Amino acid sequence: MFEVIRVGMGEYAIGRAPGQFLSLGLGSCVCVTFYDPALKLGGMVHIMLPDSGAARGAEINPTKFADTAIPFMISEMEKSGASRERLVVKMVGGAQMFSTLEKGHETIGARNVAAVEEALRQAGLTVTAKSVGGTSGKSVCFDLETGEIRIRTIQVESMPL
Amino acid sequence: MKTLETLELTSAQLDALTEIGNIGAGHAATVLAQLLGERITITVPKVSIVPIARAHEIVGEIEAVVVGIYLRVYGDAPGSILYLFPRQSAMELVDIMVGRKVGTTSLLREYEQSALKEIGNILTGAFLYALANFTGLAMLPSVPAYAMDMAGAILGTVLLEMGTVSDYALAIETDFLTKHQESRGHFFLLPDPGTLDVLLNAIGVGPGCSK
Repeated sequence: MFEVIRVGMGEYAIGRAPGQFLSLGLGSCVCVTFYDPALKLGGMVHIMLPDSGAARGAEINPTKFADTAIPFMISEMEKSGASRERLVVKMVGGAQMFSTLEKGHETIGARNVAAVEEALRQAGLTVTAKSVGGTSGKSVCFDLETGEIRIRTIQVESMPL
Repeated sequence: MKTLETLELTSAQLDALTEIGNIGAGHAATVLAQLLGERITITVPKVSIVPIARAHEIVGEIEAVVVGIYLRVYGDAPGSILYLFPRQSAMELVDIMVGRKVGTTSLLREYEQSALKEIGNILTGAFLYALANFTGLAMLPSVPAYAMDMAGAILGTVLLEMGTVSDYALAIETDFLTKHQESRGHFFLLPDPGTLDVLLNAIGVGPGCSK
């Protein structure tokens, strides 16, 4: 059965083709996708924050933070049969939505992107495609049949100079 | 410290938060009406505790194009204030505010963005003034920040700070309408973790208040 699954903030999904995973309205969040083409097995995680150390609660949701989400997703993908060598990793998001508030220090979006890249490096994985940073919100559609990622942004007006 | 995760509000506390929303938003609507020279109607505030993963769905369509005006609140009760206007409504507000015929504005350039930020400033000033009078707490707003994008991306970004501590967010939400029924906006008051107790204590229904 063809399924379309929405992955909300701090959530994840893993599954096989046919189907699609969607992350709608990413701002400073980062969406990371994992794909094993041999099995047509994909995973998507919608990461909110860079570092789980910031959480003071005893129990944390691992898919909310970059440093815990990446190892969690790799291990879940491997449990479903994926091979780490075949994994194709892509990432989208980490934008700066409001310009005036975050002047002078690194934005939460940029910190999210850096934390994801660091966690992937530690796991020995490299990103094959990404669309990160900028000032626009993005929606991501991940097709499990092809492994293809499509991105939508708003386009409402052309600005005269 | 209590996080919203374990939070259960009594009906007296819910009523009190609704009243906080009512007083503040009522005051803000009066000021907006004076600024625009139009009648403004506000809805009864809705207090909701929502899972952060689903929070952006309270704005309706996640990918709807909206203008967001965002301010931080500093002082005794820190938190965030966010206004969301559908793009069309934002342009109508600019028309009314600067005295153009409604329907004239078709682009939100720096001048129009500045007008919308000023609306955010004025509304927030009125809201916090009323809230401070009611609670005796000192609160100061930051300068407003502007964004036009998908509703989900804007609200999600604002909610991130709360996401570090809790998987839940508390939102006090009001809609306001001009006489052009299509011009509408959402108002969110998002208390930082810990601020909720401060607010509830200040009005005598918090965990620090003995009966």
